[in-house]
Amino acid sequence: MTKVNICGIEFKNPVIAASGTFGFGKEFEEYFPIEKLGGISTKGLTLNKRDGNKGIRIHETPSGLMNSIGLQNPGVKGFIEEELPFMEKKDTVILANLGGSTIDDYLEGIELLNETSVHMIELNISCPNVKEGGMAFGIKCNTASEVVKKAKSISKKPMIVKLSPNAENIKEMAYACVEAGADGLSLVNTFNALAIDIYKRKPVFNNITAGLSGPCIKPIALRMVYEVSKVVNVPIIGIGGIISFEDAIEFIMAGATAIQVGSGNFIKPDITIDIIQGIEMFMEKEGIKSLEEIRGII
Amino acid sequence: MKSSYQDGIIESNIEISENIYELILDGDFQGSPGQFYMIRGWEALDPFLSRPISIADLNNGRIKFLYEVKGRGTHIISKLKKGDKLSILGPLGNGFDLNTKGKIALISGGIGIAPMLYLAKSLNIKADLYCGFRDKPYFLESIGQYVNNIFMATDNGIMGHKGFITELFNPMEYDLVYTCGPTPMMKVIMNICKGKVPLYISMENRMACGIGACLGCTVETIRGIERVCKEGPVFKGEEITID
Ligand SMILES: Cc1cc2nc3c(=O)[nH]c(=O)nc-3n(C[C@H](O)[C@H](O)[C@H](O)COP(=O)(O)OP(=O)(O)OC[C@H]3O[C@@H](n4cnc5c(N)ncnc54)[C@H](O)[C@@H]3O)c2cc1C
Ligand SMILES: Cc1cc2nc3c(=O)[nH]c(=O)nc-3n(C[C@H](O)[C@H](O)[C@H](O)COP(=O)(O)O)c2cc1C
Ligand code: FES
Repeated sequence: MTKVNICGIEFKNPVIAASGTFGFGKEFEEYFPIEKLGGISTKGLTLNKRDGNKGIRIHETPSGLMNSIGLQNPGVKGFIEEELPFMEKKDTVILANLGGSTIDDYLEGIELLNETSVHMIELNISCPNVKEGGMAFGIKCNTASEVVKKAKSISKKPMIVKLSPNAENIKEMAYACVEAGADGLSLVNTFNALAIDIYKRKPVFNNITAGLSGPCIKPIALRMVYEVSKVVNVPIIGIGGIISFEDAIEFIMAGATAIQVGSGNFIKPDITIDIIQGIEMFMEKEGIKSLEEIRGII
Repeated sequence: MKSSYQDGIIESNIEISENIYELILDGDFQGSPGQFYMIRGWEALDPFLSRPISIADLNNGRIKFLYEVKGRGTHIISKLKKGDKLSILGPLGNGFDLNTKGKIALISGGIGIAPMLYLAKSLNIKADLYCGFRDKPYFLESIGQYVNNIFMATDNGIMGHKGFITELFNPMEYDLVYTCGPTPMMKVIMNICKGKVPLYISMENRMACGIGACLGCTVETIRGIERVCKEGPVFKGEEITID
């Protein structure tokens, strides 16, 4: 009943764990069977291993948090050797979230991932915390278009492009990425934001700005999903402050085919299960046979 | 499978010293010394994150926490009353190594005394406790019977030695040291103990998930970057490479 299809890949339900908030699934497997999820987006990968940022990495805000993790990850090869074997044993869709600071980084990463069992690539052109995260590509349409076109030309996997809410114009950005060949879009990544420690009279984060996520961004993320769904006709994965089934249904009604849960995983390790069950109950109660019936109905 | 957040019913939540509270929850909780729980004392989404608090004691499933009111989260928890519900996730982290021999020192600074009661009770040898406080000492009546000697220091000299607790401590007298407290104090202890006596140190960092997923709570070790919530919070002194 809750099945959805994105670029020919079937998800048993529309709930995906968002990149950077779910590791590679191992920690959560201790709390629930992770194959119950529609999919898992891996921690953001870069071609080479990264240690991440120094200093404070997490800062709380009203109904949300800011993070400056800095893409700490084992690198694409490390992922394939150390993390993927565990993930591929689970019956759920794997999205390899891939960042890069140059087009060649992206291309080399895709070539390595092409030969693996990951189901999809989520091209991250939107991490605000490091220049390797690719946000430079995610602000201007022409640079985004170039990296998507080249990446798509060599990718053997369906390719979703993850958009930044910091893009100059989210509709134009979405359109440009689809024109360049994106099979789907996921949005949004974190919002560029600032926090100041007034006693130290300094920014909280070494990088000055950091990425804001959580329920506080939901209404803006929802608006962006809605707007983008009006200008493209590829599947959209909605992300931003989703912590309940009601939130998830809102995103679907705004035009999303599936959704990702990010910061919500921090307030309850099995929150995604509550959301999946909530969606099922809602569908039963409302007599909805397939999520297509309500997708983009507003 | 571990349980996710579970409810604890508050048995008592008492201010034992200025801004220092002792919280007891009834239930069937588990954990070993040095482990911690993520605590949510509110249903709302603001504050968004749970707060990490160490296990201060555990008795037939009843759990005790000792916490200092610092900001919004601990302030909300301090207002809760007997019978109120609170939700907690744990036990988390690795805990202290209890398999020890010889003469042991426990060194705490301020609220770093929180995990020391359960630790002292669980060791097979009675340790000496060194504890530093800013102002009036607390929690010592609870720990007293489980330790040999108590050495105390206060910043203002109101009780015990006037100054830092580290000034009373001689590493050569011990075979093993455990410490928990503010980072500057622990840095001093790391330096004092280096090359002289093995040290277990309970690290702190801001946490979002508490279970190892967000990579927010990392610390540099000789093995590379590790997570305080998962590989820690207890590390060996010589493993930590921050200066
Ligand atoms: C493993 C571990 C065990 C701890 N055990 C105890 C204990 O037994 N008793 C006790 O009083 N305190 C303990 N602390 C510190 C305690 O978690 C913080 O004092 C508390 O989170 C501050 O929250 P607040 O809402 O009062 O302050 P706020 O300033 O409002 O906190 C805002 C944010 O910062 C985080 N934060 C701020 N300071 C710290 C800190 N020092 N460590 C971790 N997160 C922090 C909070 O989680 C929150 O996300 C422990 C910390 C860790 C990491
Ligand atoms: C701690 C943390 C780390 C993140 N790391 C990544 C990452 O590596 N790659 C990525 O594409 N997005 C990353 N994100 C962004 C999330 O995947 C998600 O897009 C964003 O948090 C918004 O969703 P939310 O409000 O549900 O958290 C991270 C978010 C957080 C909070
Ligand atoms: S708090 Fe998330 S990794 Fe430690």
